[in-house]
Amino acid sequence: MTTPVTPAGFVLGLADDALVSAQRMGWWISRAPELEEDLALANIGLDQLGQARALLTYAGELEGTGRTEDDLAYLRDDRDFRNVWLVERPQTDFGVTIARLLVFATWQSELYAALASSADLTLAGVAGKAVKEVAYHVDHARLWTLRLGDGTEESHRRMQDALDAEWPYVEELFVADPDAPIDPATLRDAVLGRVGEVVAAATLTVPEVAPSVGGGRRGLHTEHLGHLLAGMQHLHRSHPGVTW
Amino acid sequence: MRFEDLLAGDGRVEPRDEMPDAYRRTLVRQIAQHAHSEIIGMQPEGNWISRAPSLRRKAILMAKVQDEAGHGLYLYAAAETLGVDRADLLDQLHTGRQKYSSIFNYPTLTWADVGAIGWLVDGAAIVNQVPLCRCSYGPYARAMVRVCKEESFHQRQGFEILHTLAHGSPAQHAMAQDAVDRYWWPALMMFGPPDDDSPNSAQSMAWGIKRFSNDELRQRFVDMTVPQAEALGLTLPDPDLRWNDERGHHDFGEIDFTELYEVVRGNGPCNADRIAHKVRAHEDGAWVREAAAAYAAKREAGAA
Repeated sequence: MTTPVTPAGFVLGLADDALVSAQRMGWWISRAPELEEDLALANIGLDQLGQARALLTYAGELEGTGRTEDDLAYLRDDRDFRNVWLVERPQTDFGVTIARLLVFATWQSELYAALASSADLTLAGVAGKAVKEVAYHVDHARLWTLRLGDGTEESHRRMQDALDAEWPYVEELFVADPDAPIDPATLRDAVLGRVGEVVAAATLTVPEVAPSVGGGRRGLHTEHLGHLLAGMQHLHRSHPGVTW
Repeated sequence: MRFEDLLAGDGRVEPRDEMPDAYRRTLVRQIAQHAHSEIIGMQPEGNWISRAPSLRRKAILMAKVQDEAGHGLYLYAAAETLGVDRADLLDQLHTGRQKYSSIFNYPTLTWADVGAIGWLVDGAAIVNQVPLCRCSYGPYARAMVRVCKEESFHQRQGFEILHTLAHGSPAQHAMAQDAVDRYWWPALMMFGPPDDDSPNSAQSMAWGIKRFSNDELRQRFVDMTVPQAEALGLTLPDPDLRWNDERGHHDFGEIDFTELYEVVRGNGPCNADRIAHKVRAHEDGAWVREAAAAYAAKREAGAA
């Protein structure tokens, strides 16, 4: 029996999720509520960026075009990005950042844990390293969800608002992909179960909202991604072909 | 041991030791200013995190700015051993009663500025800070040992950014030269006013806080930097810069300190922006800090 080939598009999706999330996380450095949090969010962003780099490099190998991590990060337009909408929207409110991280890191942790025993040994290697990193991200988001949910009246309200704002974008994480080594649809119960426990312990409520239509995995994005990429890519694109 | 005896024997003063109020006040002011410089210094480099031109450079830069936050933490902790608290020091920063290094009131206009800050600004900081590892106040000296190790790493990274640019395309080379042209003189001013115009230096030297004069450290930095600029293939913007065989040092041009004093006074390119950014982050985070305190108080009440 031959080992099934991992579709490059699946790897690219995970890479773009991590890259776009890292780009948003980097905004917090020098803007966090306290100095310890500048350190923590920088740490999380750095982990995500490291995952993105490994996955982009591998996606380039899988597609066989010789594109490097930088070619893929800097030289694709938004229609070629494959990340979910959850990670691409602006996040300048700490509650939103925590709500989003709680969902995203829990999803990553389930996915990476499953991929760590994949027959695709390269992917298994990346996932095996990443699963340890995201365990910390989940814990960080969990602790802040508890503090904000069960802190002051204001923080309770703001954290609930943040969950409400993020929730329409949760379902896109579980869009079925039968060709993937792990079909994200199979993770739904585990991820929502874990997140739901944290939300309840924080005296908050899991929102009941209609999911957004999504489309990130097909290259259909919100208007926000174009602006994020314009900032991220402009210097690299202004000097084609040079070394940095 | 008495304070004077500790100093005479080149010993370390520790938090529980008796010390003159003026010594304590000088240290609080200096360590706080140093801590504030680390955290305000996150902004000019943080300005390029989102736009770093490769993912490798982005990762290095994020890690560097994170290190600066870490330095801020060690230094606030060192200041707190003198009986002040971080929240109060931050309040003094936000209201302009305590200062930070004026170098961070200059803008990072291009990517090469990130390299110039690493090479020149961190380079100057190292020359200033290495002697502080032998400062008479133990907690400050120990914090500086950790800070200096990481700073020399940052300095090499800055050098490497400029080296790559200087050996890249003509546009990259020009970007690197322009950054060095803008940062050279402000970097020299980081050592403070000339010795004959530095009223507090003598007392700090007597207390073992300061080990070398401003002009000695500045000379050391110039001598160290000139061969590095040659290795980079970049020019330092000073027509009077040349080796003096007799002195065994480089001569360099006169520094226009009027600009430094303007920037210290608040009239630099970024003074208002840096403080506004810091104050906004602090105010926007108030509800988060209050929530953390309320949550901790509830746990404590529950456990009692």
